[in-house]
Amino acid sequence: MQRLSISRAGIGTLAMVFTVAAGAETPQDFLNAFDLAARQEQRGFGGFSAARGERFFNSTHKREWSCASCHTPNPASTGRHAKTDKPIAPLAPAANAERFARPDKVEKWFRRNCNDVLGRACTPEEKGDVLSYLLSVR
Amino acid sequence: MHRRYPPALWFALALVAAGPARGGDHSYRVADPAYEAECASCHIAYPPRLLPARSWDAVMAGLERHFGVDASLDPAVAAEVTRFLHANAGRDRDPGRAPARRITETRWFLHEHDEVPARVWKQASVKSRANCAACHEGAARGNYNERGVRLPQ
Repeated sequence: MQRLSISRAGIGTLAMVFTVAAGAETPQDFLNAFDLAARQEQRGFGGFSAARGERFFNSTHKREWSCASCHTPNPASTGRHAKTDKPIAPLAPAANAERFARPDKVEKWFRRNCNDVLGRACTPEEKGDVLSYLLSVR
Repeated sequence: MHRRYPPALWFALALVAAGPARGGDHSYRVADPAYEAECASCHIAYPPRLLPARSWDAVMAGLERHFGVDASLDPAVAAEVTRFLHANAGRDRDPGRAPARRITETRWFLHEHDEVPARVWKQASVKSRANCAACHEGAARGNYNERGVRLPQ
């Protein structure tokens, strides 16, 4: 049982690596990769939800910051870094075509920001929920 | 036998010894794609010359908790940024002390800003001493000359 779950996680990671290596370049590519990883790593995964993503985006998760602390509650608008005040270009792909276009950037910012907001890595489901929400913002 | 050096040379040496750019020119052009991309996405590209190499090493060693924020980098990118910082770092003026991790704690910074009234630092638009651009209009381009300073009132 233990070995099975490890190998399933391994396949999920491998699938992500291949997706990244293949150059996921549209938000939909990232959504597909998160979907694949969520199916392989999370039992009972029932698909992404933009509404859940919106709640996640605006929640401080019982800590100091939310995603919205820097990106504002409107991800189509320019944000400001909570510590330095430096402007942050809009996060919603509809408002900024550079978002969710490069795997290295997506990986880096989810890693850093999930750690800052939640104190841990985000699950594939959380990433997919948030991206679904961001894609719903016009 | 003493060799005679022209007074201008002594003057120039005194300026170098006094600190970075104290002669009046406060331009610090920073042009490195990795440094710009990785460090200047959250804050302005601080001039590498304002800290010695061992300070930058201390900063780079703690990027997972970088002044309260996760600024971790891919090892290959971190190595590239470190190379740039080493090549452009300032002189170590306090070799006996633990390396300063904040430019704002260096004696040079404190001296340069000793005329700034306390109320200016407390302005909401300043937010922190690390927010150079709150007063230095050309900070993003490395221009810290006094002509470009606008103190928020």
